[in-house]
This record gives sequence, structure tokens and C-alpha cells, in this order.
Amino acid sequence: MAGVEKNMPILIVDDYKTMLRIIRNLLKQLGFDNVDEATDGSGALSKLRDKEFDLVISDWNMEPMSGLQLLKEVRADVKLKETPFIMITAESKSENVIAAKEAGVSNYIVKPFNAATLKGKLTAVLGNF
Amino acid sequence: MNATMESRIAALGNPGAGIDPADIAEVVESVLTSISGDNSGINIKLYEDIEALAKFIAAAKADITSLRADEINSKFIPAASDELTAIVGATEHATNEIFEAVDAIEAASSEMAPEAAAPLADAVTRIYEACSFQDITGQRITKIVKVLQDVESRVSGLLEALGEQLPAAKAETAAPSEPAPEAASQEELMNGPQLPGNAMNQDDIDALMASFD
Repeated sequence: MAGVEKNMPILIVDDYKTMLRIIRNLLKQLGFDNVDEATDGSGALSKLRDKEFDLVISDWNMEPMSGLQLLKEVRADVKLKETPFIMITAESKSENVIAAKEAGVSNYIVKPFNAATLKGKLTAVLGNF
Repeated sequence: MNATMESRIAALGNPGAGIDPADIAEVVESVLTSISGDNSGINIKLYEDIEALAKFIAAAKADITSLRADEINSKFIPAASDELTAIVGATEHATNEIFEAVDAIEAASSEMAPEAAAPLADAVTRIYEACSFQDITGQRITKIVKVLQDVESRVSGLLEALGEQLPAAKAETAAPSEPAPEAASQEELMNGPQLPGNAMNQDDIDALMASFD
């Protein structure tokens, strides 16, 4: 895919406000300004069903709905199932990566991460920008 | 079994009652005496084992009492949990202060010539990357708080088994309900940050992800 639209709506999901801000600012520095936020899977799912997003970037470890459950809900929803979904999490065990992959994750970033890693994964999922 | 023996056994089972090993030994001896037939060899061994067990329980109870387990549960563990929670709050506050300063730097750099602003933008990115420590430390500390809560629950169970009077506030610490099978499966996958050496790095994860393609 080429010619990524920098104004594409992106939903970031994390229960830590500082991490939301970090991801938002790193995205901003990469040119992505149209970013909305949610603090758990259920809040994210509501937003995804209310408005169209072109990318979801989600943490895993959240209450009450985890990022993995959100991913499963997204992939099970006819309207949402094609939405690219990147997991950004401190969960770094192989069983986590396998579970996320089997649930349909588009890419997986382990925390702590840097801007270069985020850019690389965005490129892998969306195409060059 | 006569009424006197029944009442003595009931008294030993009463929560909160102090159990004297001699009492247990006497009861066991009475029970064995009441059994008919040739039971001398096996039951003497059984008697000795039960007596040793009773002494062990009494000694353990004395040890636990001297440790002031009730105080550990009612005071020290909650205090430690509060301190750790405060650390999370303090690091979050400090991180937000850093963000405010970074916002000011970004605002100032937007007025500068591009060649002068570029190094500042790189520095700001590095600051944002470094600030992810707050998320990582927060998750690690939350794990420790959960462990402390588990210890608190187990100590409560121990005190209850020994018949100690539990503080009212701690009695409210209920054991978590049994999760549904699906929830338990997902629960097992929520371990938070791994210690160095146990964790896969981004390259390992990339390789694992690629193995599915």
C-alpha cells in the first residue's frame, strides 16, 4: 500500500494516561494528527462502533476489557474486522504473541519502545509514508 | 463414645480455643482405648504420629502468634500497598510535569528556524520514549500490590484456621471468585512486564510474528 493518508483516524487504547500521551505525541511527530483515545477495550469498542477508524493501536493489560478481548471483538465484528490492529504491550512472552497472532493482530510492539519501532510497524501495516 | 468425650472433642474444635497438645493426646488415647480388638502395634504408631502432629501444630501456632501475623495483615501489608500505590501516583505526576515542560519546548521550537528546531524535536522524541518508564514501573508495582493482596488473603485464611480473632477490616478481604474458564485463560496471559532475561525483545517478537506468515 502506498500513499498513506496522514489524516487517517487512529484510535489509541491504553489505561495509562501517560502512555496515551506518549503514543499520541510520537504519532504526531510522524505526521498523524487525527488521534482519538480510549482507556480500555470496552470504551474502545464503543468508539469503533460509533465512528470509523483506519487503525487501532492498543495496550493489552487493561480492565475490564483487555486488548486481546478487544482484538477478538473487532475481528468478530463484520464492520470492523478488516481494521488494522497493532498491539503495544509489556506482555512479551511467546504465548502472548502467539495468542495475539491467532486472534488476528496486524503487528506487535513490546514496551518500552521507541519512535523508530513505531514507525517501522506503522509502515509494515499501512505501507510507506 | 460417652458424653464427656464428645464434649471434649467439640471443645477442641471450637475456633478460638487454645489447643493444648496434652489435651489432644488424652483424647486420642481415649479413642484408641475404646477400639476393640488387637490394635496395639498399628495404633501405638498412629498415636505417636498424632501426638507429634499435635505438638507440631501447637509449636507452629506459637511461632505464628509471636510473629504477630494479625498485625502483619492489618497494618504492614496495607501500609506497603499504600506506599507502592503512592509511588505510582508520584511517578505519574512527575511524568506529567515532564510533559508540560516538553510542550513548552515544542511551542518555543515552533518559532525557531527549522535547522535549529530539528535537534530539539529529536530530543523531545527521546524524552517521550524515556517517559514510558512510568507505564512499565506502574505495571510492575501493580503486580507487587496484587502479590501483597494475595499474601494478605492467605494470612487471613491461616489466622482463621488457627482460631484467631481477625480484624474486622481484614474480614472484608474476600478471596476472588472463581473466574470463568475463558476469563481464566485470558487472565493467565496478563502478566505484565517480564524481568530481564525472561522477556523477549522486539527482534524475537518480530521473528515469532514472521513465523506465522
